[in-house]
Amino acid sequence: MTTVEAGVAGGVGTSPKRPDGGLKVRGEFAFSSDLWADDMLWGATLRSPHPHARIRGIDITAAVALPGVYAVLTHEDVPGAKRYGLEIVDQPVLAMGEVKYQGEPVAVVAADHPETARRAAARIVVDYEVLPAVTEASLGVLLRHVPIRTGDPDATADVVVTGEYQVGMQDQAFLGPESGLAVPAEDGGVDLYIATQWLHVDQKQVADCLGLPAEKVRLTLAGVGGAFGAREDLSMQVHASLLALHTGRPVKMVYGREESFFGHVHRHPATMWYEHGATRDGKLVYVKAKIVLDGGAYASSSTAVAANAATLGIGPYEVPNVVMDASVYYTNNPPCGAMRGFGAVQACFAYESQMDKLASALGLDPVEVRLRNAMTTGSRMPTGQIVEGPAPVADLLIRVRSAPPAPEGSGDLREMPGGVSNTTHGEGVVRGIGYGIGIKNVAFSEGFDDYATARVRLELIGGEPAVLVHTAAAEVGQGLVTVQAQIARTELGVERVTVATADTSVGSAGSSSASRQTYMTGGAVRAACQAVRAALLARVGGARLDGGKVLSDSGAVIADLASVIGDGPIEETVEWRHRPTYPLDPVTGQGNAHVQYAFAAHRATVDVDVELGLVRVVEIVTAQDVGKAVNPLAVEGQIHGGTAQGLGLALMEEIQMVDGIVRNPSFTDYLIPTILDMPPMKVDVLEMADPHSPYGLRGVGEPPTISSTPAVVAAVRAATGKALTRVPVRPEHIVG
Amino acid sequence: MDFLRPSTWDEALAAKAAHPDAVPIAGGTDVMVELNFDRRRPPALLDLTRVAPLTEWGTDGDLLRVGAGVSYRRIIEELGSRLPGLAMASRTVGSPQIRNRGTVGGNLGSASPAGDAHPPLLAAGALVELASVRGVRRVPVDGFFRGPKRSVLEPDELIAGFLVRPGGAQQFAKVGTRNAMVIAVCSFALSLSLETRSVGTGIGSAAPTPLRATEAEEFLSRELDWEARGPVPPSVAQRFGELVAAAASPIDDVRGTAAYRSHALSVLARRTLAWAWKGFREVGP
Ligand SMILES: Cc1cc2nc3c(=O)[nH]c(=O)nc-3n(C[C@H](O)[C@H](O)[C@H](O)COP(=O)(O)OP(=O)(O)OC[C@H]3O[C@@H](n4cnc5c(N)ncnc54)[C@H](O)[C@@H]3O)c2cc1C
Repeated sequence: MTTVEAGVAGGVGTSPKRPDGGLKVRGEFAFSSDLWADDMLWGATLRSPHPHARIRGIDITAAVALPGVYAVLTHEDVPGAKRYGLEIVDQPVLAMGEVKYQGEPVAVVAADHPETARRAAARIVVDYEVLPAVTEASLGVLLRHVPIRTGDPDATADVVVTGEYQVGMQDQAFLGPESGLAVPAEDGGVDLYIATQWLHVDQKQVADCLGLPAEKVRLTLAGVGGAFGAREDLSMQVHASLLALHTGRPVKMVYGREESFFGHVHRHPATMWYEHGATRDGKLVYVKAKIVLDGGAYASSSTAVAANAATLGIGPYEVPNVVMDASVYYTNNPPCGAMRGFGAVQACFAYESQMDKLASALGLDPVEVRLRNAMTTGSRMPTGQIVEGPAPVADLLIRVRSAPPAPEGSGDLREMPGGVSNTTHGEGVVRGIGYGIGIKNVAFSEGFDDYATARVRLELIGGEPAVLVHTAAAEVGQGLVTVQAQIARTELGVERVTVATADTSVGSAGSSSASRQTYMTGGAVRAACQAVRAALLARVGGARLDGGKVLSDSGAVIADLASVIGDGPIEETVEWRHRPTYPLDPVTGQGNAHVQYAFAAHRATVDVDVELGLVRVVEIVTAQDVGKAVNPLAVEGQIHGGTAQGLGLALMEEIQMVDGIVRNPSFTDYLIPTILDMPPMKVDVLEMADPHSPYGLRGVGEPPTISSTPAVVAAVRAATGKALTRVPVRPEHIVG
Repeated sequence: MDFLRPSTWDEALAAKAAHPDAVPIAGGTDVMVELNFDRRRPPALLDLTRVAPLTEWGTDGDLLRVGAGVSYRRIIEELGSRLPGLAMASRTVGSPQIRNRGTVGGNLGSASPAGDAHPPLLAAGALVELASVRGVRRVPVDGFFRGPKRSVLEPDELIAGFLVRPGGAQQFAKVGTRNAMVIAVCSFALSLSLETRSVGTGIGSAAPTPLRATEAEEFLSRELDWEARGPVPPSVAQRFGELVAAAASPIDDVRGTAAYRSHALSVLARRTLAWAWKGFREVGP
């Protein structure tokens, strides 16, 4: 049963062309915002301008009176559950008597033209009584506290370094705004075409709010323009469905760019206090840490983010004594939830800054102090969990350190801080180098029943064997469609593989998040293929497949693959699970909460114009263990993209909030790195197989985002000598 | 919304006179953003892209005359040596797509305090040529801006182009929080003329309008060693930087703090002075 077909092109370990690649580059890919139905209406959302207010009344008269308007709905029109949520059902579909953050949806409109819908929404009169807003996490209501205690809480050490660190509110900044099309169905249900990360969790929440059984709410994945966590929560799913059911017409909703900033959750801003104690030769004795996360107005996935921050919060280091408290609070800021790195990002900025501080207190090289404490196979996490499988922390660090130094600049303006903006010809420019390493859990944790479903069908098409793979897993741009086909080719030895559009007519695949889909849906596809193969072999009493032939134990050809399938297609559906995880003890935080750990290290080289505070990242070197590069090109893409997102957090990306109001909801002022900000990268991919995962693979998507941020900031510190305890680092922090 | 498409300059002026609330559109890189964001719904658009003379440039006596519809890309490619300051500024505008479509006339039309073409035009002492069916007038660019996004342009007028005296040493530098595609946190342009022994400056994104640092100009033109073109004493550069910063009235906003802007302006002033002066010393008279 472990026989894997060799010799089929485009299998596991190769990088076949992805089907959406050319289309996207040419601008021809159909995103969810391109959906169309002939008689469709357009939806629009009225949102709260206030971070906190009581709603005394909503007058929709003027909106309804506008010609072309078909429906104006408020919370009173929500037939089922009035609230939804990923972990805690606390978020109103439409505000009920109170708004708790700026941008909270209050009413929705359907009209025959998008502009009419927007104008109608603007005519709705909402009588607000503005209330004081809580915009400081520490003053908010506690949502979850995750303590971790291991060893002696009163341990002391020769050398102690302390620090307070802050991470601003980062946005996922996906390019395709929230959008979808809801089509009312004859059975009283709705067909929803939607860009999302997890069809089934949307299905359940939408069905609950519509008061319909799940089978009457059918979801099909539409073209997703990036996700990064921002599509885990509902946005317009219920709204469009409500409007469609109300009007009996298909309803399309597309958020504009500005609205998109209010349409999804963001990365939790964090304030973190750390104390590291070490021996004089640089061995960590204890870490005490307190992490405060701003969860915003509704829970979203905050409770899991807090658990990640706590359990991963001292980094990939062996520390005998740990006192960790991570807490997340409700405030009247926008809700925060999933974003690539999921709680591990914030903590990594703090613990890596601390490791650098410790190195300088000890007079040690920053890599050296990390090496002396690097976790390895068999190390104990502060949760008591033993790290199984490869944990090449030291190896990754040594690899990035030993890469040749970044080249000196050629003097071309584009290589200078400021680029062609011509702010320096070398004046004030100082080079710095910094390191970072991080740890991330892969897949869902804390005892969550994490599974993925795959249906695989082997049949003859035009006399040739062909495979159809059907899952509900969301291709969000990461290349999952390609990976599913690769796995089927490898397992069944059939080159011709079609991956059906993801929808809810097959079981749940779980979310395209937590770096889990190649592991989970890949694992399910592999298992389903194996089941198909077993059924196929059983038909003729064969032992294995090779080169399109069924062979006996002794290797004799029993039959042609095509002739065996000729007796009828073979279809198998498999629900596949990773090894179970367990909850954390609520008092001590002990428990085998995670199923797999992933590691990446970064070395950043920067040139800083120390007089103007402008930074040009010159080069980034990274090393990451991926267990098995199922698609090497896609792996590299994830590492480049994730690193860029981490660089963005280090240097520019922040949703700026003042008193609960977003000041920069646009790409004019929410800056993400351009190609001129992202330096060339050297990517070192290690493949150290995990004994428990399909093909030994390790989740790839998140680790690059985690350690790139502290590496870039460390490099800027090295160049400037400034403490830089907050990201993103702004020019005024450097010159101030 | 009406879409007016004149094909000659006279037709364009007549259309603007007949429809004073029609919004001219050149590259559309500001206008279309405003329409998309629903910030503006004018009764009519007046498309200027078919008016050929707007896209031409040539000489007018000893001045260079550039049509309002010349794109940033063409400024860089065709006028880089004659108008180096404006070309440097053009190079910092948006992305290649924006530079292909965006025009200096459109930048003036928007009159944003952050418009990147403005500081080099101020430093070079440019004239803006405004026209209507009533006639033509030439306004010094430092009298063109009246407030944030406001100018002296009358409702029946169009911007025909701008005029500058080519030559001298010019520099432009812009601070942004990323290395491309960024609105200026602040910017500075400098123009030095050996012939007239004069100094021109332009400050962007650090006051309600783009503006000159007049006191800094006067100070520097007095202090520079025009005769022997000797090195600029550090104290002079320092003082020049301070005077430039003092001319601005920056605010704190999402892009930066007022204090940072003042500091950055003084640094940019010193640096651009060093580069421009070095050009003279190396090139000779
Ligand atoms: C992505 C992006 C990036 C950008 N980056 C920058 C940047 O880095 N720096 C910068 O300065 N700007 C930037 N801009 C703004 C814009 O590109 C510039 O202001 C540009 O110069 C506008 O020129 P246009 O021809 O596109 O003007 P349009 O949008 O066509 O017009 C702009 C205004 O000028 C008026 N107008 C145009 N021509 C005339 C005329 N002949 N007579 C009278 N009025 C006229 C219009 O009515 C309108 O009010 C950016 C814009 C975008 C979308």
